Amino acid sequence: MDSERVDQIIEEYQCEASALIQILLRIQEEAHWLSRNALERVSERLGVSMTRIMHIATFYKAFSLVPKGRHEVHICVGTACHVRGAERVLDSVEEATGLKPGETDLDLKFSLETVNCVGCCALGPVMQVDKKTYGKLSAGETINVLQSYE
Amino acid sequence: MSEVLLQIDGNEVRATEGMTILEAAREAGVSIPTLCHHEKLEAHGGCRLCMVEVEERGRSKLVVSCIYPVANDQAVTTRSEQVDRIRKMILELLLAHAPDSETLLELGREYGADKDRFDKQASFCINCGLCVRYCAEVKKADAVGFLDRGTRRDIAFIPEIAARECWQCKECFPLCPTSALQAAYMLVSSLAFPEARHQAPSEC
Repeated sequence: MDSERVDQIIEEYQCEASALIQILLRIQEEAHWLSRNALERVSERLGVSMTRIMHIATFYKAFSLVPKGRHEVHICVGTACHVRGAERVLDSVEEATGLKPGETDLDLKFSLETVNCVGCCALGPVMQVDKKTYGKLSAGETINVLQSYE
Repeated sequence: MSEVLLQIDGNEVRATEGMTILEAAREAGVSIPTLCHHEKLEAHGGCRLCMVEVEERGRSKLVVSCIYPVANDQAVTTRSEQVDRIRKMILELLLAHAPDSETLLELGREYGADKDRFDKQASFCINCGLCVRYCAEVKKADAVGFLDRGTRRDIAFIPEIAARECWQCKECFPLCPTSALQAAYMLVSSLAFPEARHQAPSEC
């Protein structure tokens, strides 16, 4: 993300230091990670020290300091999904993408993460891609869903 | 500011409203062990070592004295079987992180803590936050801060700021109860500003 876009986002929030987390979330959403340049720009414009920004950026799991893929794949491995076969879903995603949980592929298409509950246990096993939730998945359906993403 | 009358270890103590139990006790000459407390800094309540027993309105409870305000008719016990047991446990847990810290070993001897009770996880830092808070509140430099959270929380210097601020200051070094801070600084300094090491005498 170039620094002009970062500036635009910062100005939407009137350079308010209290909007730090909102600004970081917007950058994360658009760029899929928080680059060093972006963080330095935010630090400079908001007058918030880099120490504080790093503390916040490493504290929340929503932020990433390494590039993430365009699509974030979250596989629920909570108790209900686990019982309903989350392992099989996870295996088929790992097979299809070649990724382990926590990894991102080279062309920055998918990032794979496991999560511990997304709050719709009746739909288990559940996978979320970006913000869309897919429930009652079989291994085959999982692969079809992933193939529908560019 | 109104005056408050309370009991500490059976003695009547006068304190001012708004003071913490720790401050009142220290003023009265009663010592309570602390690791994360420093007069110049905002109370943190992080190490929990200053835990005392307070009896209020007929009920007794355990509170962290460095952040608990004094009130009338409190009866504070700074050493009891329960308090000592908690302090011993805290020290044993902290010693798993910093087994060679003189400060911790000394307190450990006083409270009978076994430094080998838990498996060593030598991070050397006990996350007391003294360096982080001193740098932010007193020096306003923000050269050192916390990264990550929970069990992975750690202190780290931001190299760009450290290169500018730390070489002349280093006031946080004597605050550190475990010397982990010096190690973190040496690591950053050797990576981030190697040229500075040649200019300074070898004092470390």
